[in-house]
Amino acid sequence: MPIPLTPKRIESIKFGILSPREIRRMSVTKIITADTYDDDGFPIEMGLMDPRLGVIDPGLRCKTCGQKAGECPGHFGHIELAAPVIHVGYAKVIKKLLESTCRKCGRLNLREEEKKRFLEQIRTRKEMDLPYDDIINRVFKEAKKEKVCVHCGEEQKEIILEKPTTFYEGEHRLTPTDVRERLERIPDDDLEVIGMDPENARPEWMVLTVLPVPPVTMRPSITLESGQRSEDDLTHKLVDIIRINQRFQENREAGAPQLIIEDLWELLQYHVTTYLDNEVSGVPPARHRSGRPLKTLAQRLKGKEGRFRGSLSGKRVNFSARTVISPDPCLRISEVGVPLEVAKELTVPIYVTPRNIDECREYVRRGPDNHPGANYVKRPDGRRVKITENNKEELAEMLAPGWIVERQLKDGDIVLFNRQPSLHRMSIMAHEVRVLPYKTFRLNPTVCPPYNADFDGDEMNLHVPQTEEARAEARILMHIQENILSPRFGGPIIGGIHDYITGLYLLTRKNILFSEEETMELVRNLDLRALPDPCEIKNGRRYWSGKQIFSLTLPKELNLRYQAEICRGCEICKEENCEYDAFVVIKDGELICGTIDEKGIGAFKGKILDAIVKKFGSEVASKFLDDVTRLAIRSIMHFGFSFGIDDEDIPREARRQIADVIKKAEERVARLIEAYVNGELEPLPGRTIEETVELKIMQELAKARDMAGEIAGRYLGPDNSAVVMAVSGARGSMLNLTQMAACVGQQSVRGERINRGYHGRTLPHFKIGDLGARARGFVSRSYKDGLSPTEFFFHAIGGREGLVDTAVRTSQSGYLQRRLINALQDLEVKYDGTVRDARGTIVQFVYGEDGIDPARSDYGKSINVKEIVSEILGEGGDGK
Amino acid sequence: MTVLSEEEVSRRIEELPIPEKIIGELKEELKGKKITEEKFKELEKRILEEYTKKIVDPCEAVGIVAAQSIGEPGTQMTMRTFHYAGVAEINVTLGLPRLIEILDARKTPSTPMMTIYLEEEYRKDREKAREIAWRIESTTVIDIASIKTDLTEMKIIIEMNEKKAKQRRITVEELFEKISSVTDEEVQLEGNTITISLGEPSYRKLLQLTEKIKNVNVKGIEEIRRVIIRKENDEYVLYTEGSALKKVLEVEGVDSRRTKTNNINEIAEILGIEAARNAIISEATETLEEQGLNVDIRHIMLVADIMTADGELKQIGRHGVAGEKTSVLSRAAFEETVNHLLEAAMRGEIDELVGVTENVIVGQPIKLGTGDVELVVRKEMVGGKQ
Repeated sequence: MPIPLTPKRIESIKFGILSPREIRRMSVTKIITADTYDDDGFPIEMGLMDPRLGVIDPGLRCKTCGQKAGECPGHFGHIELAAPVIHVGYAKVIKKLLESTCRKCGRLNLREEEKKRFLEQIRTRKEMDLPYDDIINRVFKEAKKEKVCVHCGEEQKEIILEKPTTFYEGEHRLTPTDVRERLERIPDDDLEVIGMDPENARPEWMVLTVLPVPPVTMRPSITLESGQRSEDDLTHKLVDIIRINQRFQENREAGAPQLIIEDLWELLQYHVTTYLDNEVSGVPPARHRSGRPLKTLAQRLKGKEGRFRGSLSGKRVNFSARTVISPDPCLRISEVGVPLEVAKELTVPIYVTPRNIDECREYVRRGPDNHPGANYVKRPDGRRVKITENNKEELAEMLAPGWIVERQLKDGDIVLFNRQPSLHRMSIMAHEVRVLPYKTFRLNPTVCPPYNADFDGDEMNLHVPQTEEARAEARILMHIQENILSPRFGGPIIGGIHDYITGLYLLTRKNILFSEEETMELVRNLDLRALPDPCEIKNGRRYWSGKQIFSLTLPKELNLRYQAEICRGCEICKEENCEYDAFVVIKDGELICGTIDEKGIGAFKGKILDAIVKKFGSEVASKFLDDVTRLAIRSIMHFGFSFGIDDEDIPREARRQIADVIKKAEERVARLIEAYVNGELEPLPGRTIEETVELKIMQELAKARDMAGEIAGRYLGPDNSAVVMAVSGARGSMLNLTQMAACVGQQSVRGERINRGYHGRTLPHFKIGDLGARARGFVSRSYKDGLSPTEFFFHAIGGREGLVDTAVRTSQSGYLQRRLINALQDLEVKYDGTVRDARGTIVQFVYGEDGIDPARSDYGKSINVKEIVSEILGEGGDGK
Repeated sequence: MTVLSEEEVSRRIEELPIPEKIIGELKEELKGKKITEEKFKELEKRILEEYTKKIVDPCEAVGIVAAQSIGEPGTQMTMRTFHYAGVAEINVTLGLPRLIEILDARKTPSTPMMTIYLEEEYRKDREKAREIAWRIESTTVIDIASIKTDLTEMKIIIEMNEKKAKQRRITVEELFEKISSVTDEEVQLEGNTITISLGEPSYRKLLQLTEKIKNVNVKGIEEIRRVIIRKENDEYVLYTEGSALKKVLEVEGVDSRRTKTNNINEIAEILGIEAARNAIISEATETLEEQGLNVDIRHIMLVADIMTADGELKQIGRHGVAGEKTSVLSRAAFEETVNHLLEAAMRGEIDELVGVTENVIVGQPIKLGTGDVELVVRKEMVGGKQ
């Protein structure tokens, strides 16, 4: 079958209400019996499982179209309702229609010129693609106002809708038949003013006389192990409708009393209502025998797992894999380690051509069990043949141009890698495959930040693009190295984390010298031709500095100056002469001074990384990341790095000082409380005395904790592992350290000290009305010391608040994101530079007022004019 | 080598097809510098080169990128509703709840607040600033008077505190007038005491009236519950709890150009839609920045633009942007599925399948990015014949 060069597109979809005629026309059979299968298990003709409605059992053929199960889309049937019933969804509209049209002549109760005016307004809105609901509401309101028909002079009566589907005209009840008759009388011309399209939706079609019966393919029955058939909810509901319909008809033919007829009519209305929507307010939902409410038509469409959101907007795919992830610093950043077992299962289709036929033969010959082999071949006639041990030789011989070989995944293939929640586009990126042993996906830890992944059991998904176009797009647009810069802020989102930062920090800190052996050990994974000149020669031995070794990874033309993360924010920056070595200067790819830390190489902040991507491009940046991370790992292994509970040990003297600080703070708190109780406290402007005392106590205790932390930090020294990590920005903060070694500090709920629990006190361990530090959740001990029972409890209270907060936040921000995406998804920059939505309305004349892509910008700045000017005019500018 | 005159340089810079901001920067940078024709051409070339390198690609799905860039950091924001922003005395909603509030285009924010700047002659003087503050801050009866109820005589006795009243420049007569205007009962003035006598005895009425009198606004703007004066860079600035932009702008001495509120709807109503757009941008930027999150302003601009593009403030969500889409399928897939379908059927709507969701639903390539490029191989080129 020739494939058309341009794929066909559906141009548009038109919506409308099915007319009874149309329902009958598209129906293949009238359904009259409520029974489904006879005693032998065969479907009954003109029953709900009539074979003409389509097939669901494999092997059988459809009686209407002759296709097999899976191919036959199914065909509609219909039920002739004995009496008309109201469609619940349209009850409100019907009410408005009845109110605004004459009860006798059926015309819209508006004067011609008024009608014309409204019609014009609606038409202009329609032309401009704007919503016109407000105009229609005005039409209804105006027409309802007239108490006497302007056309025939008939007096109008009040219409009451008793929810969900019963209409009254004053006292008199309107049967669906009456309603339908009235709706029929509304002329086509008047409908446009009410916003209806008479061609596709006559109002009387809102009152059902014929009910379409959906094909069996959309309500398949399942056979249980016991051989019993279990029917779909829709089938159950249809059975109910047919039964009542029959009874109604029989009773009416037998001339039953009006009361019984009315009851049955109402019952029929109930069943049709719940068939359409089982969650109408005021109607008890139809239930299954077990008491579970039935899932009828509206329920199938609605909500997250409904047809629209669950099945149509979200699709399932083949050629994908999912498993646990683990780190592997030996991989390049753009690689992903794929377990052999996964690689054997996933395939890439290869079109056999005269040029690659030998290669393809080889894959087929290797079969499915011999790794870079093939699992299937597809013949030109479209048949897929599974390759087995027995037929692989034969198939390899038969292979000819035009066939397709489904080759197993091998090194270098491009695949998409994803971690949920996919909050931004960097949550799905393209990696190159590295087939590895064991059962987890492996990735370089530098790519954790964009995925927001860690290795505490996270799982990730992998997809294999199946067409050349998809692979090209993956390589050009989605590749890791094309996504180093985040479009959110125009800085790097991929970069060093944890040990990478620690490693480089240790390497470049101070002026550590490395002997030749040590240097070689450090750089052995870099692609180097020669070492630079040593910076020192002692006793005939050559030594290199850590900064020199780090510089080996930098591109030669890099120039950069910035303050490092460890910068203490002195009042006057001494720049190059910084005593903490916190001012980084890179000149011609040489680290002159400064220490490399999170601000140099880290994700989100990495200045060096940022400069490299922007100046030298993503390829150089990706190479730089590979090199620098390898160096960092070597470095941290060279120094050795560990952290244990004894790293939190602080000398007795420090403990004494901390205890002193806390004791003094508690005393001050006690004095504050005393002043408050005696009424001597001056309230802060705009605060009550209670708030003032709370505020002051909180300040006092926070100060105490900070001081305790400072003391601990002082005694732990800059070489302590935790301090190194906190200072360099690798992991943790000084606050974490304070809490571990010195004092956990005040626990809070909603930003206040803990004050709930019993009457006037938090726990029975305290006196009523005790406002003291300890009674209100101040934890004076450190995690290492261990918490007292009351402290432990307060800590749990504070901790719980954090957990609740996270849970609430994820749902709220998830919904916000969904709404944002929905509102903005159609916007696109057109070729003329304007931003427009799907209907072509201009939203911005120039994107972002300057047309700059944030991902290419320098943290939001378009171009650095200053730099360019000084570069061209020479340093300091000429002239003058 | 001819040196270009300053006018010549600035004229030629203005002719460059680059954004105004860069033009301004370039002019600033070249001020007072002598530049030759050759150098200028070189400079021109470099600037254009750098600029074109950074321009957005056509067909880029900027909307989705913007939505992701604002939505993704949402997960990192705090939920803590109350926080202090600059002014310790006033509570302001911050973090995720505030961001949601802005994008929802709520009629009133949960913590309305104004920053009022003063005109030249008032801003340096604390006393004058204080005076304006009194004029703005709402003063209720209870603030300046004590209220007593006499159950036996069926009377309400309001005794004005002279000191407090004087501070706020309120006279007994004014108070008397205000109170008389809210009740039909007999009101008498005697010295600093105002007495209301109920015509017919009713405890309920008496108590109700007392409550009502307590909250009668005597002076200032009713909506503004509190005003705080702070000195900021050499001038006094008023911060208020509660917001009433129109009324505040009418107060003498208020600098109408710099004064702002955090109620975006109010801005849209009084200062127009462009001002509302700017307010959305600045409020959203401030909220994100306060949380230490870095989001490019272009993303926020796009959101603000889509919210205001039709000339009225529209919410991001079902009652706004998302609910007014032309596509039936897109609306049905977002929220209120069944209602949208029923309505579409009644109206005989046609879905043109131009947006993203619609095409995903029917299984067609979407018209964005690489999907929007209409390139087709010519038939005669297929087959390798040159």
